[in-house]
Amino acid sequence: MRFVDEFRDAELGRALAEEIHATVEPERHYKIMEVCGGHTHAIYKYGVDDLLPSNVEFVHGPGCPVCVIPMGRVDDGIALAHEPGVIFTCFGDMLRVPGSTETLLDAKAQGADVRIVYSPLDALRIAKENPDREIVFFAIGFETTAPSTALTLRRAKAEGARNFSVICSHVTIVPPLRALLESPEVRLDGFIGPGHVATVIGARPFQFIPEQYGKPLAISGFEPLDVLQSVLMVLRQLVEARAEVENQYARVVPWEGNPRALEIMDEVFTLRDRFEWRGLGFISESALRLSDDYAEWDAEERFAVPDVRVADPKACQCGEVLRGVIKPWECKVFGTACTPERPIGTCMVSSEGACAAYYNYGRFAREREVL
Amino acid sequence: MAELLSGDRESKILGIIETARAKRAKFRDAHITMSHGAGGKATSSLIEGLFVPAFASATLEALGDAGAVHLDGLELALTTDSFVVKPLRFPGGSIGELAVNGTVNDLAMAGARPLALTLSLVLEEGLPAETLRAEVEAIAAAACEAGVQIVAGDTKVVERGHADGMYICTTGLGQRDPRASLAPDRLRPGDRVLLSGSIGEHGTAIMLARGELGLDADIESDTRCLWPAVDGLLDAAGPGLRCLRDATRGGVASVLNELARASGVAIVVREAAVPVAPAVAGAAEILGIDPMYVANEGKFVAFVAPEQADAALAALRAAPGGEDAAEIGEVRTEPPAMVLVETAFGGRRVMDQLVGDPLPRIC
Repeated sequence: MRFVDEFRDAELGRALAEEIHATVEPERHYKIMEVCGGHTHAIYKYGVDDLLPSNVEFVHGPGCPVCVIPMGRVDDGIALAHEPGVIFTCFGDMLRVPGSTETLLDAKAQGADVRIVYSPLDALRIAKENPDREIVFFAIGFETTAPSTALTLRRAKAEGARNFSVICSHVTIVPPLRALLESPEVRLDGFIGPGHVATVIGARPFQFIPEQYGKPLAISGFEPLDVLQSVLMVLRQLVEARAEVENQYARVVPWEGNPRALEIMDEVFTLRDRFEWRGLGFISESALRLSDDYAEWDAEERFAVPDVRVADPKACQCGEVLRGVIKPWECKVFGTACTPERPIGTCMVSSEGACAAYYNYGRFAREREVL
Repeated sequence: MAELLSGDRESKILGIIETARAKRAKFRDAHITMSHGAGGKATSSLIEGLFVPAFASATLEALGDAGAVHLDGLELALTTDSFVVKPLRFPGGSIGELAVNGTVNDLAMAGARPLALTLSLVLEEGLPAETLRAEVEAIAAAACEAGVQIVAGDTKVVERGHADGMYICTTGLGQRDPRASLAPDRLRPGDRVLLSGSIGEHGTAIMLARGELGLDADIESDTRCLWPAVDGLLDAAGPGLRCLRDATRGGVASVLNELARASGVAIVVREAAVPVAPAVAGAAEILGIDPMYVANEGKFVAFVAPEQADAALAALRAAPGGEDAAEIGEVRTEPPAMVLVETAFGGRRVMDQLVGDPLPRIC
């Protein structure tokens, strides 16, 4: 496949891995957080960590949009799906996320009309095709997916689509990163920055990480060579005692981001005062709601949403996994009570979740020799 | 020291997970969801946790594609399958063609020459006669191609709004070929894993034919009768042929996991050796799906003793539709009941059974 295979070349991977081995100081241990779930997925899918020296460790960050959605929010979605006349649309990953009593998949089995879409525009199309139904889109994701929701809402407004609304659970990446860096228990040496978020917001918003916290960051693409090169960039900064934002993903990420995407987000969304993050608690100004101009398309305005806060299950340690404090397998219920087919916590649901990725792909770490 | 201890604990936890995985799946769900039909873990839980224990039959216990029936020295194979694919017609085939090939192939995978089929139709009120006629013709043509006769049938009609046009159920009878001694628990370390051609075409063709994704590509279903390929393999590898499994729902990944568990062996797959057509690889890339989990209707996995592997591969390549057949891996001892992938990039990972349902109603 052109423009894909080039970034998965095993020879180039080996060459980069050799450079990494030559760069690290053997007596030092490096903990690098890959912020984005897309990176976690790529690391496991391609076995990127098999190529790294044993003293370089990935810590999986909070950048999986499904994993950070709190249980109460899932319950809100499920309640809307059960509303008579509603067609509830969402991305496929949301279907199996456990709410306090059921999942959207369970709701579907009991008669709720739940449909998977690949884009919010598909949800708007369903609205046009079903003028006598109410179509609700469960909008999740960081700044990566927010512009497409915004574009869809602008179109819905222009076309006067009255039977379409959005339950907005979009979140922003900088506040949780700041919360992480402020947390006393986290020990991280550097960051692999979220490439797709940066495509929208640019590289500049990440400058506070080196400037205020002295940690290096490399904004990275999602192919295995991208990740390896970004690891090398971060390690070089550490060895040379530098801390700055470097842009490995320059083929896509402009320093100032995408002004048109930022403009439409600014029009359609406004910051929530605070938002609850699974495992990270309430973080102020960390999520988006629809702006007053778009209140008519806000499902939270249109329907009675339960909006009940549900505590995470006691046994679940998703929060500590998301903060990078423990590794997935160190969670009390990992792999026993909590498995991809019966997830307790959200990290086990999405293929981008640190626990699901580790369960599916990562169980054979490099030190376990296969006969 | 702390590192060492944490390493021990990690191994212990991994051990617990592996033991849990090797156990028979329990069926504990409150209701049926689409996952139970996807051919992955939920389907296994239904079969191994509900059906097999309820019917207490040694033949069912073997979890083969077809059941064995012994009759006065005659070794017969019996299998049945329902078809609910949506849409009814898709590039490369239709529900009628699938209904014949799917059942005939389950016989072939058991090393049985297909003899006869029964045909049961559930039709929706209002179904255009033209649609029915076209499917009946497709069934007749596929049966002729496969060399089987339709010997009995049944028809039911349900109210409009049910059955999405038509559902088909076929039952197939075959006679076990004397050259074949195939079983899921016959895999031995050192055996080679062969794949009969490029994967992912059927599932991708159906997905695109539904038109919900706004993607367009020249991909056709690979539905075909596999008996000729099996016939050639039996000639080439004889008793060296350990087991065959067609990679339908859940794809190659699910099939390999089933067999690794049944034989208590490890299967290691070289990702770079797995044939995937560029259009399928492209669609899978865009949709975020791994072709190893996408359904096929004319591809199977063959486990062959190392001495016969080359001859077997040559036989597969000589069979119709087998140009891209490849050796994709081998059977090892450790870790038992697991499938590992050596990635094209040079890393390694576990390839688990399908969880959830990326794509309902593909057959």
